[in-house]
Amino acid sequence: MGHAKLPRKSTNIDMTAMCDVAFLLLTFFMLATKFKPEEPVVVKTPSSISSIMLPDNDVMLLTVDTKGRIFFAIDNKLKRKALIEDINAAKGLNLNQAEMNSFAIGASIGVPLNQLKSYLSAPPEQQKNIDMSAPGVPTDTIATSEANELGAWITSGRMTNPKLRVCIKADGDASYPNVSKIVKTLEGLKVFKFNLITNLKAIPPGTAAYAEAKH
Amino acid sequence: MAEMDTSSGGGHKGGSGVKKPKKLSTRIDLTPMVDLGFLLITFFMFTTTLAKPKTMEINMPYKDPNMKDEEKNKIKNSVALTILLSKSHRVYYYEGIGEDPTKPPEVKVTYFSQKNGIRDEIISKKKMVDGMKASGQLTAKDQMTVLIKPDSTSTYSDLVNILDEMNINDVKVYAIIDISQVDRDFIKATEVANGGN
Repeated sequence: MGHAKLPRKSTNIDMTAMCDVAFLLLTFFMLATKFKPEEPVVVKTPSSISSIMLPDNDVMLLTVDTKGRIFFAIDNKLKRKALIEDINAAKGLNLNQAEMNSFAIGASIGVPLNQLKSYLSAPPEQQKNIDMSAPGVPTDTIATSEANELGAWITSGRMTNPKLRVCIKADGDASYPNVSKIVKTLEGLKVFKFNLITNLKAIPPGTAAYAEAKH
Repeated sequence: MAEMDTSSGGGHKGGSGVKKPKKLSTRIDLTPMVDLGFLLITFFMFTTTLAKPKTMEINMPYKDPNMKDEEKNKIKNSVALTILLSKSHRVYYYEGIGEDPTKPPEVKVTYFSQKNGIRDEIISKKKMVDGMKASGQLTAKDQMTVLIKPDSTSTYSDLVNILDEMNINDVKVYAIIDISQVDRDFIKATEVANGGN
């Protein structure tokens, strides 16, 4: 023991624990992530300063693409099942159980009721192809008219789930009359409160809203 | 835990006598794996928080088809600003509600621009209404009212933009109304006055 010689310690740290933590977190995030529901069409929503979150559940989504085609969707598999049963009975569509299940697990509907049976009996990949050229759910300015199928969908949807919140997700380039038809239909069905889905943009400085946000 | 006994059974071929299995360390360097793990975590964290869409809530006024015209509340001309949305994101506007055909309002055109756009017009109108309130020409109950009339040539983004302007400028009372033929004529007349197209 002449002079103390510090033992050379290895700088290799055991990474196992860190790895465990990393993957634990990864698993958590993967499970917690709610993937975006498959969209029938690509929609580029306009921006607004509104920062209200889209609710997670009980959403009725009306998608409008640039050409003004309307796609209808609600969340929750069970509610979808109930909805299609309701529509089937109300409109006499003669859908079989397999077709109804196809609706329950499917995404949005963008075909008129008379094409619904053939659409639902098609396999999922083919349904996507149909969506590309689908005419959208027919609608009209008068909510209760027979031709306004969107009105029928909304009525049935709200019947199966009264808590549904109507959200309109329209493309910024969709023409106003197409959106206005939906609004008219909603008004006709006594739905006066609904949400428009937008992207978030910064509040321009020097305005009333900016002063409000600063507080 | 990360160690395993993987000492190969093969041993030395040429060795004589007792097999002396060579102990190989099975410690793997986990650093790249941790890197990958955290990279993915970062990815998932960002996608979860940012993908959440925002919504804008709008309340349409209660509409009863049986409501008589007399029961509807009238808007004072002095508090109203009418905004017409037209093609190519043009915004036409005039003071008042423009219901007097003998006195056509002065229709001006602007855009949704940051400077000298419709926002400045809304702000100045708001100031004007506040000034009239202060001077006693209007009662405290009167509020600036914006009438939004989107033409069929306008797009959805125009509507969202103008509704957003309402939120930005804190306009409490506004309404989306169907455009009338009179207003269409206003747009046309302004277009002609501004040199066509």
